[in-house]
Amino acid sequence: MAILTEEIHLPQIGDDQLKLLERLSNACAVSGDEGEVRKIVLEEVRPHADEVKVDALGNVMVSKHGSGERPLRVMLAAHMDEVGLMLTYDVGDGIYRFDTVGGVSTSDLPAKAIWVGKDHVPGVIGLKPLHLGNSDEHKRPVGLDDLRIDVGPVSGKVKVGDRATFATMFIRQGLSLRGKALDNRLGVATLIELVKHAPPQIELQAAFTVQEEIASRGARVAAFNFNPDMAIILDSTPAYDLPVWDVDENVRYNSRLGAGPAIYVADSGTLYDPRLVRYLIETAEAHGIPYQIRQPGGGGTDAGVIHKQRIGVPSVSVSVPGRYHHSPAAIVRLSDWQHTMDLVATALFYLTPKVLDGER
Amino acid sequence: MKSLIQKLVETPGPSGYEGQIRSVVRAEIEPYADELQVDALGNLIALKGKGGADGIKIMLAAHIDEIGVMVTQVDEKGFVRFTTLGGVRPYTCVSGRVRFLNGTSGVIFMEPLDDMTKVPTFEQLYIDLGLSGNQDAPVKVGDVAVFERPFLDLGERLVAKSMDDRIGAAVLVETLRLIKDTPHQLFFVFSTQEEVGLRGATTAAFGIDPDLGLSVDVTGSGDTPRRTKVRMEVSLGKGPAIKVRDGGMLADRRVVDWMIRGAEKLGLPYQMEILEGGTTDARAMQLTRAGVPAGCLSIPTRYIHSPSEMVDYNDVQQAVQLLVELVSHPVKL
Repeated sequence: MAILTEEIHLPQIGDDQLKLLERLSNACAVSGDEGEVRKIVLEEVRPHADEVKVDALGNVMVSKHGSGERPLRVMLAAHMDEVGLMLTYDVGDGIYRFDTVGGVSTSDLPAKAIWVGKDHVPGVIGLKPLHLGNSDEHKRPVGLDDLRIDVGPVSGKVKVGDRATFATMFIRQGLSLRGKALDNRLGVATLIELVKHAPPQIELQAAFTVQEEIASRGARVAAFNFNPDMAIILDSTPAYDLPVWDVDENVRYNSRLGAGPAIYVADSGTLYDPRLVRYLIETAEAHGIPYQIRQPGGGGTDAGVIHKQRIGVPSVSVSVPGRYHHSPAAIVRLSDWQHTMDLVATALFYLTPKVLDGER
Repeated sequence: MKSLIQKLVETPGPSGYEGQIRSVVRAEIEPYADELQVDALGNLIALKGKGGADGIKIMLAAHIDEIGVMVTQVDEKGFVRFTTLGGVRPYTCVSGRVRFLNGTSGVIFMEPLDDMTKVPTFEQLYIDLGLSGNQDAPVKVGDVAVFERPFLDLGERLVAKSMDDRIGAAVLVETLRLIKDTPHQLFFVFSTQEEVGLRGATTAAFGIDPDLGLSVDVTGSGDTPRRTKVRMEVSLGKGPAIKVRDGGMLADRRVVDWMIRGAEKLGLPYQMEILEGGTTDARAMQLTRAGVPAGCLSIPTRYIHSPSEMVDYNDVQQAVQLLVELVSHPVKL
């Protein structure tokens, strides 16, 4: 591709952006209960958008009109929800049975501090004390039936149906950021910046989606409504780039920290449009932005439902790599976030309908 | 028709990367179609007929994608790790050969197993391209390959990789060529990404908004040696199969009866099909928009999703005869 000489103002990550990510990470928005994050998103995008509405499922639908007669309609999607827990049965005395919402590993749960409900009522996930069990009891894996949420006797503040998340405060540590729900508050924070810096030649259709972690239910209706020409999905993907001790080489790392935005070729939900994959790679190479190809395989993003909507939507996903997603604390590199922002903002700035010329 | 079948099965087209096979099919049908288009997901859609007072919109679908593999990593020694596109089984992979879209070939083998009586997992399989390191490897992460096996003509029986569903595509191509007159608007859809979840047919059906949908795809057979209790009625050589049910669809009773009437009118043999697992593009058509009467004409096939899928040539030709008859006359469901 040709490098144009027009001036491009890439959104930069500074104190304001980090503070916004901190607010987003500390907010609780388990699938189906995204209100707290939605409130922040609405606050941030309203002054910069031509149209903002909240649809029936709770997606925030933001339009920024493009110039020209029929500007390319580009849907950008980032999910607001996070995995977590739901209280299912009141045992009494502030103790509750609970279920998981989305992909939460039971082994991550015992003895963790949590926040319950809209008021972030502090609680803990309790397990029978080790010294009171017989020795066999502690050899088998812990199941949900062994665990209870304990908030103490705080009547009126907590009830069955409330969601709970890990009680992790966001921090910056050196070159890294640590927090809960960085999957996908990073995508949300990126998309907010892209709305603020939308290029003029495209119709930007930003969808801050709900219920992605439980089968992308929000994105399905959002894509039907926007009826876009193409879509870019901003998500987060695991980096499993730790050393593996029992074999020579780790060949299943999925993605790596510090290697830049992860561009998707295939996951269990989508075979990404080769024209858009190529465009992102060429954009990265032309502008010296580091990137990596996410290892093809399982997992998925909102693209899985978006690309099959109506007569089909050419789609691609880009993720910030992160270690320990869906756990109490994920770790990401600040540089990967900045490079992801650089890549998507640059790609949008130079985007023309030509990108979809030819057949996929 | 055998040479058409050979041409179609020997062209690679793994799910999501159907460009080469689409070009081959397009060249075959271009002279016979009234209109041609390729949609966002790569479906090739040919329109035949202008429709009339007695006509409806009929969508006929056969998928042009095939199962395959995709590179996940070229390791330090140059061995290629991979993931699968569609329903590939580990036991059909070991010692098989693959060919990448760029022409590179390789052989699949497995790490030594602790218990050699067990079937390996995909994590234990790799592709050997004959390299001695990963510098200048001819493939990279995300590249795709199909199983490599030449077409075999056993007379009545034909064997090849990707009979699923190039045999259906061949039936549609041949049908399109033989139709002389139709009261309908016939949309021949050579669909993409069927093996990964009917994705192409889903968007094609939405765009076409048909009054009736029919897929042409392979189905299993129950006529091979077995000691299990798994039984299936369908045999090779007893005529095309009319699907009643599969893992994802109950065929519309009216469509089933319409197909039976057509076969009996021509005196063609046919079989009723009940398939326990798997489904076809007909499911996507049935469930699009407000719902569409849908069914499937199946070609009985042995060893589906292996590199040696076997069909009976008579079944294939009879499927063409039946289809031509069905779409050449007004349809009364």
